[in-house]
Amino acid sequence: MNTVALNPMNTGGEAENRLKNLANASVALELKDLRKSFGKTEIIRGANLAVKAGERVAVIGPNGAGKSTLFNLISGRFGPTSGEVLLNGQRIDGKKPFEINRMGLSRSFQITNIFPKLSVFENLRCGVLWSLGYKYSFWRFLADLDDANDRADELLDQIRLHKKRDVLAGNLTYAEQRALEIGITIAGGANVILLDEPTAGMSKSETKRFIDLIREITVGKTLLTVEHDMGVVFGLADRIAVVVYGEVIAFDTPEAVRANPRVQEAYLGSVLAESQAAGH
Amino acid sequence: MSVTHYEFRPYNVGRWLVWGFFALVLLVAPKLFTSSLAITMLTQMGVAIVACLSYNILLGQGGMLSFGHAVYSGLGSYMTIHALNLVSSGGLALPVSLLPLVGGLAGMAFAVLFGYVTTRKAGTPFAMITLGMAELVFAMSLMFAEFFGGEAGVSGNRVVGQAVWGITFGPGIQVYYLVAIYTFVCVALMFAFTRTPLGRILNAVRDNPERVEFIGYNTQRVRYMAFIISGLFAGIAGGMGSLLFEIVTAEVVGSHRSGGYLLFTFLGGATFFFGPVIGGVMMVLASVLLSELTKAWLLYLGLIFLFMVMYAPGGVASLIMMNLRVASFGLLRKVWASYLALAGTALVALAGAGAMIEMVYHLQLNAALGDELRYMGATLNASSVNSWFGSAFVMLTGVGLFEVTRRQFVHDWGEVQVDIEKEIKRREAL
Repeated sequence: MNTVALNPMNTGGEAENRLKNLANASVALELKDLRKSFGKTEIIRGANLAVKAGERVAVIGPNGAGKSTLFNLISGRFGPTSGEVLLNGQRIDGKKPFEINRMGLSRSFQITNIFPKLSVFENLRCGVLWSLGYKYSFWRFLADLDDANDRADELLDQIRLHKKRDVLAGNLTYAEQRALEIGITIAGGANVILLDEPTAGMSKSETKRFIDLIREITVGKTLLTVEHDMGVVFGLADRIAVVVYGEVIAFDTPEAVRANPRVQEAYLGSVLAESQAAGH
Repeated sequence: MSVTHYEFRPYNVGRWLVWGFFALVLLVAPKLFTSSLAITMLTQMGVAIVACLSYNILLGQGGMLSFGHAVYSGLGSYMTIHALNLVSSGGLALPVSLLPLVGGLAGMAFAVLFGYVTTRKAGTPFAMITLGMAELVFAMSLMFAEFFGGEAGVSGNRVVGQAVWGITFGPGIQVYYLVAIYTFVCVALMFAFTRTPLGRILNAVRDNPERVEFIGYNTQRVRYMAFIISGLFAGIAGGMGSLLFEIVTAEVVGSHRSGGYLLFTFLGGATFFFGPVIGGVMMVLASVLLSELTKAWLLYLGLIFLFMVMYAPGGVASLIMMNLRVASFGLLRKVWASYLALAGTALVALAGAGAMIEMVYHLQLNAALGDELRYMGATLNASSVNSWFGSAFVMLTGVGLFEVTRRQFVHDWGEVQVDIEKEIKRREAL
């Protein structure tokens, strides 16, 4: 049996408790028959999903299945061709990214997307400004905004980058930039967090540490993450959404998804076989 | 958790010193350079500093390459001169000292109007739209002669109204000090702007506009607001220019002026706040002194710009800061010999190239005066092979030696950087 099936973090009491609590939770994010076409090519073909508040959902699927496109539709990077996206019951499809962010949804990117010429601290402070109500103010000094500075320092500690506080973000190592990316994403205090392949390009040991970090800083938040590492997926997620050819073909607990013959056939079978062959 | 706030130093001695020094320079400059030409130039420098800094809110801080900044300074100039004439005719009761603010409000109002269109886009489309706007306004300056004054422009007389404490603004020195006060206040305000939430988000928009959209900010709004603030200060600069020259012609809104702001802001250094201050000073030195020295001054300026873009894209300010960094580690002594050699060989190359440029200009423009011309104490003959051969020889020798010393310098500089990295690592380890 490979280690994918066994995960110390999500077995036994904790997982059961989480599921029990989630049973009564309200729906934080809902997709209703979401579709997106680029030209004549339909990339997302009627996706349906209802994620509960506080739930950790992993979105998996083969390359080109539309996982990133799905995130782009939810976060407002693209508008959908048809269908609805609801955040805490409110329609957000067709809204601009900044409007969606202000409503409490924040995302990270697959390719590191930070402010390279600003210091690490400045990156995080930029992330907290709007949520603390400073908006476009040009009559106050940043240095005097104690709440914003404290919050940014707190985030620095959370993502373990306090030693790199005044380093330009562009000079960080790759793993540090990934951590900063997540830091910026959670800085504004959004309740729904979308992480697009947060561990892409990381080594095994880095990935493990990073997942612990993600688990820690998204406590109490709704989390959707695109992930390829099945060990991570089964360890982190309460439920798994399998996206194949622009559709959510399964959305269930890790165990149920693993046992789902459709998933086996479309995706997971080959991935598990691969990881077994690789000796995981 | 560390609670030390970034940059928060209540008694920042260094900053007080810098601003104190700046105020002192503004105060004593006209005591050191007392000729009326010098006073005029110093006043122009104040104007140019504010204009270049206002341009840098767009270029350096917001990443907006505007080809039409003169529209806002220029329209500020026009509104100020019209306001001055209104004051003269008794139609407006406003002290002359406040007239630059009229220019500022005008610059701001036009930025509100035009910026609404231009800042909807970023990058190349933004640059193109500003170019279009600039052409539009310049074309209008030829159409509406009542407002723009046609070829002759609009002139005024700044000595109007009651003199307060004997200040009539007749003598140039009084205008200088008025401009100096405005310059100090505007520079301080623009510096303060860089330390505000909007100022910092503007930097973020420059670095990565897409990401800014995902942290709750409307990037169009950020650019628009920065554009308006930039227009305000550009207008104040234009207004000061009107009081200084007492005449405004259509060239103040022209593309030449816009290009000048871009060129000198870049030369001074767009990546540092104080870069455009250097740029403004250089702008006046070049347009007044260099143009006196040679007819080919724009060509030399073009060459300087070319070399700066290629070798020091951060402008003079970045050169200063890089060397300050080296100096702070006590390693400047390792490169100063290379600097001397670079400067020497560059001068030789420049002397040769300059001789040829001057001979071409002489042949094209001053042919009627004969073939001979004076150049750096020597007599050249523009139609003699010897002069051309000699100049080319000097230039090529200079270029060759420059290349040799440049390679040596690159090597030395690299070593110094390695030393600095080592030193930083050593200090971190402590």
